[in-house]
Amino acid sequence: SLTTAMAASARLLFRGAGLKAYTANVNSGAQSSFGTTLLRLSPNCSSQTKTQIKHASHFTYHPDPVPTMYGPTTKMNLFQSVTSALDNTLASDPTAVIFGEDVAFGGVFRCTVGLRDKYGKDRVFNTPLCEQGIVGFGIGAAAAGATAIAEIQFADYIYPAFDQIVNEAAKYRYRSGNLFDCGNLTIRAPWGCVGHGSLYHSQSPEAFFAHCPGIKIVIPRGPVQCKGLLLSCIEDHNPCIFFEPKILYRAAVEQVPTEAYTIPLSQAEVLQEGSDVTLVAWGTQIHVLREVVSMAQEKLGVSCELIDLQTILPWDTETVCKSVAKTGRLLISHEAPVTGGFAAEISSTVQEECFLNLEAPITRVCGYDTPFPHIFEPFYIPDKWKCFEAVKRLISY
Amino acid sequence: MATARGMKTMYGVCSHAVRQTTGLKAARILQQRAFRVNGALRQQPFDSSEEKPQFPGASAEFIDHLEFIQPNVISGIPVYRVMDRAGQIINPSEDPQLSKETVVNFYQKMTLLNTMDRILYESQRQGRISFYMTNYGEEGTHIGSAAALDSKDLVFGQYREAGVLMYRGFPLDLFMAQCYANADDLGKGRQMPVHYGSKDLNFITISSPLATQIPQAAGAAYAAKRENTNRAVICYFGEGAASEGDAHAGFNFSATLECPLIFFCRNNGYAISTPTNEQYRGDGIAARGPGYGMLSIRVDGNDVFAVYNATKEARRRAVAENQPFLIEAMTYRIGHHSTSDDSSAYRSVDEVNYWDKQDHPISRLRHYMTARSWWSEDNERSWRKQSRKTVMEAFEKAEKRHKPHLDLMFTDVYDEMTPNLIRQRESMWRHIQQYKDHYPLDAYAK
Repeated sequence: SLTTAMAASARLLFRGAGLKAYTANVNSGAQSSFGTTLLRLSPNCSSQTKTQIKHASHFTYHPDPVPTMYGPTTKMNLFQSVTSALDNTLASDPTAVIFGEDVAFGGVFRCTVGLRDKYGKDRVFNTPLCEQGIVGFGIGAAAAGATAIAEIQFADYIYPAFDQIVNEAAKYRYRSGNLFDCGNLTIRAPWGCVGHGSLYHSQSPEAFFAHCPGIKIVIPRGPVQCKGLLLSCIEDHNPCIFFEPKILYRAAVEQVPTEAYTIPLSQAEVLQEGSDVTLVAWGTQIHVLREVVSMAQEKLGVSCELIDLQTILPWDTETVCKSVAKTGRLLISHEAPVTGGFAAEISSTVQEECFLNLEAPITRVCGYDTPFPHIFEPFYIPDKWKCFEAVKRLISY
Repeated sequence: MATARGMKTMYGVCSHAVRQTTGLKAARILQQRAFRVNGALRQQPFDSSEEKPQFPGASAEFIDHLEFIQPNVISGIPVYRVMDRAGQIINPSEDPQLSKETVVNFYQKMTLLNTMDRILYESQRQGRISFYMTNYGEEGTHIGSAAALDSKDLVFGQYREAGVLMYRGFPLDLFMAQCYANADDLGKGRQMPVHYGSKDLNFITISSPLATQIPQAAGAAYAAKRENTNRAVICYFGEGAASEGDAHAGFNFSATLECPLIFFCRNNGYAISTPTNEQYRGDGIAARGPGYGMLSIRVDGNDVFAVYNATKEARRRAVAENQPFLIEAMTYRIGHHSTSDDSSAYRSVDEVNYWDKQDHPISRLRHYMTARSWWSEDNERSWRKQSRKTVMEAFEKAEKRHKPHLDLMFTDVYDEMTPNLIRQRESMWRHIQQYKDHYPLDAYAK
């Protein structure tokens, strides 16, 4: 039986190695040799089980063209584009400080690598493990005149700071009659599905905050956008939340300008012009929809107009409505659960503004109304097949 | 004269490198030394041959018998005071020996606040303003602490610190304007009464959520430290707000990030109807300080000089040593929580009368002054008359003023108005034009 075989091999290993090695192997969980040996010796453990077979990513990353108007560029992935933006900021703004959990050694996603050594321990520093403290601290520093860049380790953990963001940061200027504000505050957080993140490492919480006047919410689709939008957020005189699609940290590679540059907030970008259907998304989902655009053209002869919203709040209603007035059909797609998701706000506004232009009901292709599941992720996410099917139904309505 | 000191000991209070006032570069080097010193602490090599614990998380000795540490709530942290309840100095070396002018000013500010409170409380009862919170019994905590600060020190308050603003010179007109939400209100009429703020007087605008200001004060103090301009931050809160998670966050951040910050807790016995024995089980708020590595003290909040001395020393050291201080000022909330509260529902009139008659910061200070012939019955009579007159004048003026212009409902959400808000504002005006008879337009500025 399996257990007898495993036990036999275990005894073999122990006797051969001697007590000291055994102690070392058993006590040190860090050493993998014992574990690997056991697995290898076991006859019934195949090297790859069905569920272990790596699933291909649900999207193909489409890089932006090389920007030419911002000076020399260099190859960067998404986390490096964040580092670059932060580097530019710390260099030009002596009041700028970066803080959060584990940012000092470089961050769990390597976004702050090298910055502490370069700019000093008083400017790039760890905080205690407390999101309400991180954001509260950031608000106070910003109100006192410092450029405060707060990192929340995962967007899934931003909720303890919800009160500080919604009741304090967003309302600082309004409630004080513009005597005080925390426009110098930017909050960054990794966002969105990553393949195995499950409930608490995959969330897209933009809808919770979209309901809060006074803050800005920005989500980039790639490194060039990321750096430019992050620098805009930092420069912007309003508190901003910048969600970074974590699945793109390494997967998204582009030529990114090394100097500082900004991409305007609250301006949606038409990535591809089309005449039959308007597709709206942000972040990772843009790359899913890019493929859907090709599929629709090839298989259905349908011409799609793809819009990257970029800024969720305040959002660019004009660009979206202008597009829908032209195409008459709208599909909005996001990973977050469909009920109360931001697609609902877009849908509602568009039907108010473009009611008579609509040829079909507005479609939302989103996550189901469940917490983000672990093993069911491939079935949960609004992948290209779900979006393609929705385009088909839109066209044939 | 501040001098640079190295690490004293691994146990007890860490001695941080002290900032000198001589030069920015020197100060920066010293600050960096402080950081490096803490780094060295962590990088101590582990040595299992030593019988001392090697854990990175705590430096202590081993103990071989089971013993739970008893929280000391029976005879807890003592209450520092300078005057007895009759206003007599107990230990002359603790008398701050402030000038007659300063002390008379303390007294006048406390009584002016008291007068303003009485009139505005009554005005709410008469339906003239929507809401009010009095400061009865806590005037000593406001004036004593405010007097010990620099005018450029940043103040984060909760809602019962109007005396701090009054001490700094916030005019009666502006107190009234905020309560009446009229066109003179610096806050542009957006908040309920007593949510004061003043950029000129470095008093951050009050917000209703409790304790949110505590981690903010830590951030502001950190920014002040980096600015290197000898600026402190003070953060006021009640013993109830100290239960919030934000309080824990603020304490911990200020200590770990070495912020020049004074935490000032007004422990007045009640959080609305909740007495302190339902708010905490430990020895008040001061006993929490050491848990965070913070220097802490408990003072008699009804003793203006005790509050003054403690705040003054805390401020001096907070800035010199870049570390937070916790002051728990024991006092009593003589008034109701607010105009929406009737405290006879949960406490006896006798209890309230005790504090009003036998241990009040205003009367204690008056006894101190009369003992030195600094204040007579005539002074009292004429000052009472004058303060009532000035409060009433401001009151009547505020009542007559228009409310702010309606456009101000839409500004300051962001630094610039968004297209969305411009559309909504236009929509509001169109609606108002059509239904103008149903809206109190005359009360608002044109």
